[in-house]
Amino acid sequence: MDKPFAITLDPGSSLANHTGSWRTARPSYVDHLPPCNQGCPTGENIQGWLYHAESGQYEAAWRVLVQDNPMPAVTGRVCYHPCEGACNRARLDSAVSIHAVERFLGDEAIKQDWQFARPPALSGKRVLVVGAGPSGLAAAYHLARLGHAVEVREAGPMAGGMMRFGIPKYRLPRDVLDAEIRRIEQLGVTIRLNTKVDHLLKARDEGGFDAAFVAVGAHVSKRAWVPAGEAARIMDALSVLRSVELGEKPLLGRRVLVYGGGNTAIDVARTARRLGAEEAVIIYRRTRDRMPAHDSEVQEALDEGVMFRWLSTIKMGADAGAREQFTIEKMALDESGFPQPTGEFEQIEADSLVLALGQDVDLSLLDDVPGLQLTDGVVGVGSNMMTACPGIFAGGDMVPAERTVTVALGHGKKAARHIDAWLRGEAPDVPEKHPVAPFERLNTWYYTDAPRSVQQELERVRRESTFDEVVSGLNADTALFEARRCLSCGNCFECDNCYGVCPDNAVIKLGPGKRFKINLDYCKGCGLCAAECPCGAIEMVPETI
Amino acid sequence: MSFQPVRFYQTGTYTVGNRLLDEAQRTVQATVARANSLTSGHRACQGCGEALGARYAMDAAMHATDRQMVVVNATGCLEVFSTPYPETSWQVPWMHSLFGNAPAVATGVAAALRVKGRRNVRVIAQGGDGGTTDIGFGCLSGMFERNDDVLYICYDNEAYMNTGVQRSSATPAAARTATTPAMGPAPGNEFGQGKFLPEIAMAHRIPYVATASVADLRDLEAKVEEATHLRGARYIHVLVPCPLGWGAASSDTIRLARLATESGLFPIFEARFGDVSEARPIRRPVPVDEFLRLQKRFAHLFEPTIDTERIAVIQAQADRNIKRYALLP
Repeated sequence: MDKPFAITLDPGSSLANHTGSWRTARPSYVDHLPPCNQGCPTGENIQGWLYHAESGQYEAAWRVLVQDNPMPAVTGRVCYHPCEGACNRARLDSAVSIHAVERFLGDEAIKQDWQFARPPALSGKRVLVVGAGPSGLAAAYHLARLGHAVEVREAGPMAGGMMRFGIPKYRLPRDVLDAEIRRIEQLGVTIRLNTKVDHLLKARDEGGFDAAFVAVGAHVSKRAWVPAGEAARIMDALSVLRSVELGEKPLLGRRVLVYGGGNTAIDVARTARRLGAEEAVIIYRRTRDRMPAHDSEVQEALDEGVMFRWLSTIKMGADAGAREQFTIEKMALDESGFPQPTGEFEQIEADSLVLALGQDVDLSLLDDVPGLQLTDGVVGVGSNMMTACPGIFAGGDMVPAERTVTVALGHGKKAARHIDAWLRGEAPDVPEKHPVAPFERLNTWYYTDAPRSVQQELERVRRESTFDEVVSGLNADTALFEARRCLSCGNCFECDNCYGVCPDNAVIKLGPGKRFKINLDYCKGCGLCAAECPCGAIEMVPETI
Repeated sequence: MSFQPVRFYQTGTYTVGNRLLDEAQRTVQATVARANSLTSGHRACQGCGEALGARYAMDAAMHATDRQMVVVNATGCLEVFSTPYPETSWQVPWMHSLFGNAPAVATGVAAALRVKGRRNVRVIAQGGDGGTTDIGFGCLSGMFERNDDVLYICYDNEAYMNTGVQRSSATPAAARTATTPAMGPAPGNEFGQGKFLPEIAMAHRIPYVATASVADLRDLEAKVEEATHLRGARYIHVLVPCPLGWGAASSDTIRLARLATESGLFPIFEARFGDVSEARPIRRPVPVDEFLRLQKRFAHLFEPTIDTERIAVIQAQADRNIKRYALLP
């Protein structure tokens, strides 16, 4: 090995020169939690299923989706998509239309009749689920997938709960809802309709169930004291929506007042228009920006000619001859944004008044369950969704939470996971969450400018006279385009940038779906791969010497 | 530009690869079969723009010529870090003579190949900005003037980096180098002294002149491919930031190249027979400060006080490029 002065290598390729020894930091591939995934109440792996949708593999995408949510065609329509509120792309141009892609996948699954994968083995355990709403159905689905035998008991004549009796057809067509419920039944879940559970523990013990999940929903309308004459036609919103669903036509008249500011108020007003009311007026105590109803629904209602009276309350209804006369008091917001009476009154004529002031839960079935904690009319549960009574779990609108379909579906999933662990006598297997991928992690230069796809809406004339679905879905091309707008925040999508920008050829491409690895013999630790990674999936980690 | 833009993909044309694209639309750099003309183990600094630019260009040329090519290399960083005796990083037929005569040697190689009837073997010469704009400039101008069948690629890192960051004729105004220190009433390199060789090459009315940077790979590859398919004298000028000489983070190399083009300081265009045929528009305009601030060679423009006057002159240079090459729609 006698080499001339300052010569260290034999003649040949520089490959013998391991320049990786210069390195003080090494690149490391990481996965971060995309904000959409973090924002999803059912914990969907949104970035994960969009990844498959991007390449047109819709069935693979749907299968990833339904690992968390068994009803994507429903949520793609009615979820208020907090995922899109969190989407990093909103900072670039506009958020990815995640709900539209979800809806496309859900509809495609119905069209192609994709079925859920069967559980690999049965556990021999039996679980009682009370209530066939979103929460109960989700719990039943997840428990069935874990191999447990599930029986759902529903007091009503049809399954679906608030999805059927609270959300009108023009937002959620019933064939879609029925198809997704049927698929859960085909997984092996038994749903017994018209079967009210009056005493939970009794039902559990008589049926020989190992655990129970209660999700009876909030079906009792809240009352407000509205002094009214004998003839006043005052109804509550849920009864109106329920009777429409059951094929009856409630007599609302030509001019309908709706009192309230939530989504149910909007639903009732829009339903009244479809039932023939020439005027539907929503009376709300505060202003539009303080309305709990979702903005897109308020806009759709305005488009359909629903009128709004902001800063108003109903004072009293009195008999005024042939038509009803209601008194409206004007309100003013105080400094804290709370409405205060002003003493200014106004008379308004209407044929009927519908109260949409919120809902309560009928908890009488829990009377035989000892030691429950009840606050504000709902049942307290632990972080595992279990009530104070061991083996009795609860979720949906009857526990303290936001009352939406997606939150209820999430409760069902979470409860199922904990019921499964409780039945096995083990701690639940909860994977640790990755840190969130904020916008600052992204190198947005690499993303193509692409405007958000718009969903078509039914023209006004047909919206005023029919219960046809208002918002249309995307077609295959637009859904693909929309999926490809995903930035894949914090998760490698194999764009080859690290492979391309390394000046030392130290990134090894492992092939489709296998991502990359670093050849540490040659990586000098310059950090170009990390800086130029579009989605922030590479981190520079200091070397320890 | 001569490539077909791919629209409405997750990351469109801007990333190196894309799993959603057809094979034919992918870059050479995205393929496992790329030549790796400048292979691992070379001694370039961390984050070297020139090593990256040279591999981009040579791999694209290897692909375009079906690996039938000869490379002649001028002295400079590129040669020194890739071929210290007795090792080599080059995976191409590669030849070195002197600092200043790469264009002349390439001309000779082209002539020899023509005599032997090897029309399919293409000749490429390459060097840094010192070997091209200063020391080899006479040979290069002669090569252009005779329209010799050579593609010359210049990797411009704006100074003599190999010997310790001395100014070259391509060093930008106000930049600090070892020979233009940041002191005195007018610190850094003088204003109005730089050569912009692409425009000088255009004045020779040769078939093809183009600029490119390591920040836009698709553009660079398309230009190398285009140039290898033409005959006669061709010139490509590639901006390759130098972390050491520019005093920048090694991870900022590509970002700096991008900021240079997006600010208008380094226009990206193509010219045929002396006329500009196409320019790449600026996508996200930035003021020159964003480019200057990342580099220690311009630190004296910002500390201890901001030298608004000189920054304004640099901005005016960028604005002139933007106007001249119509970089903003």
